[in-house]
Amino acid sequence: MTAPDPKVETVTASDRPSVSINAPTSGWGAVGVDTPQAAGAPVMDLRDVSVFYGNYEAVRGTSMPIRQNQITAMIGPSGCGKSTILRSLNRMNDLVPGARVAGKVTYHGQDLYAKDVDPIQVRRRIGMVFQKPNPFPKSIFDNVAYGLRINGIKGNLHDQVEEALTGAALWDEVKDKLKMSGLSLSGGQQQRLCIARTIAVRPDVILMDEPCSALDPIATGKIEDLMHELAKTYTIVIVTHNMQQAARVSHYTAFFTAEVDDKQVRHGRLVEFSETGKLFTNPSDKRTEDYITGRFG
Amino acid sequence: MTTTVDPVTRPPAAGAPNLTRSALSVRRRVTNQVALGLIVLALFVAVIPLGLVVWSVLSRGGSVISWEFLTEDIPNSFRRSGGGVGPAVIGTLIITGMAALMAVPLGVLGAIYLNEYGKQRPLARLIRTMADIMTGVPSVVMGLFIYSAWVLLFDARTGFAGALALACLMLPVIIRSTEEMLRLVPDELRQASLALGARKWRTTLTVVLPAAISGITSGVLLAIARAAGETAPIVFVVGVTTAPNWNLFSGENTALPAQIFRNASQVFEPAQERAWGSALTLIVIVLVFTIIARIIANRFAIKER
Repeated sequence: MTAPDPKVETVTASDRPSVSINAPTSGWGAVGVDTPQAAGAPVMDLRDVSVFYGNYEAVRGTSMPIRQNQITAMIGPSGCGKSTILRSLNRMNDLVPGARVAGKVTYHGQDLYAKDVDPIQVRRRIGMVFQKPNPFPKSIFDNVAYGLRINGIKGNLHDQVEEALTGAALWDEVKDKLKMSGLSLSGGQQQRLCIARTIAVRPDVILMDEPCSALDPIATGKIEDLMHELAKTYTIVIVTHNMQQAARVSHYTAFFTAEVDDKQVRHGRLVEFSETGKLFTNPSDKRTEDYITGRFG
Repeated sequence: MTTTVDPVTRPPAAGAPNLTRSALSVRRRVTNQVALGLIVLALFVAVIPLGLVVWSVLSRGGSVISWEFLTEDIPNSFRRSGGGVGPAVIGTLIITGMAALMAVPLGVLGAIYLNEYGKQRPLARLIRTMADIMTGVPSVVMGLFIYSAWVLLFDARTGFAGALALACLMLPVIIRSTEEMLRLVPDELRQASLALGARKWRTTLTVVLPAAISGITSGVLLAIARAAGETAPIVFVVGVTTAPNWNLFSGENTALPAQIFRNASQVFEPAQERAWGSALTLIVIVLVFTIIARIIANRFAIKER
């Protein structure tokens, strides 16, 4: 797999309105993004976002766009705050006691941290896949149906589960054992089940927090192929430790690093954000170059 | 020169590490054997009293048990045989049942508050400490508490007063054991559910509770079994009766532990037989409830495979 050319992807992605999965279904809460948008337009925007845990500023001053139907990768060493930033995009940081977000995260122009914004509504549109596959200890079917049920989605549950599993490239492997526990699957299958569970509720954006770090190369390859498919329909943000993976799958890449300030406190910082091809072949920052060439200290 | 020697059967090369057990030091081998022996010994020591209890109750109570024994009224005389413990069976069932009905929902909800909402808040810490203290309160003290707070207030010993006392005894056990089980549910499951846009109450109800249900059931059953065998509060607040009383709220009642206590302290053979029979009946009732609760919990529980 080579690094995808963003321009080529843009052309395919502009077919989006004709993709059936996007057709608004009756009995479905208006998602607010039914209006087809040009691929590559920013869906989300971060302006000077800092995340605090108590008084500790874990990441400071991050500004970057998340573009429609594109895969945006966040790379960087451990402790650089990339996962923290990812989790601030759908307010999962709210669950950490003492966590606070400063700056502005907008989603279709709305401030996600405005007072009257319901984090539940945010998470219904901005889904998340976690580092460790975490299927519910329920059957495969119930795992995928869970999000549909809690969101009160009507219609044929079985069809929608099949559609989600097909979308996650898992249907053929599990269609005969939908009643079996999600935990009986292999790690790679479990992660695809988690992706199916996420896309079943048809979010707008999918956040992936190192989705392949617990998987072997074959399962990783399958998830990466899947990401390309999903990008036709969804906007994807992926955090990864694996630079080759970022180079393979993403259209845009953000490089984070951890810096020690004059008080000897470590903060995560966004160093560089640009098209993946440019970031990996012609980085404009010395620190990026050192990291991607393996000279990182 | 290479000769074709099967690498499996080939003798080990000189200087190859000795992987056999005999290469271990004598001390390690002896320690291992001694530790193993102690563990087996501990198992036997633990099983012997358990086996003796079951055996003696079965052998001495088994011959007493009959349909008449389980259903007939309690005889007034300790000296004559005949009659049964029917009212005590009924009393045990409805008093313990009522106690469970009050303590299980309260206890499970309390544990949900502690683990899912309260966490380390001052109120939650206070409740946790109080529950721990309550666990240590002797049942006779709890009986006296209900006696002064309820029986004296209404001037009547009733089955319900006994249920209250048993519920007070069960509550802290249920709260703490359920909380421990909820704590074992991995946070990833909660996050996965929340990330799908589930609200917290729904996450708790549809993900956390089912994942912990089998452990919660075990804790609840232990509490119920213990309460069913409590004697002191029953003797204090429930009173005595020789005829069946299905009404928890009026009239005195009785329960199997009270019958065991009453009959076992007599010197007369028929009374002692009734005590053994009551003991066996109580054990069987608890066993039956354990089995029923397990079946129900298994239906709710989510299969691992």
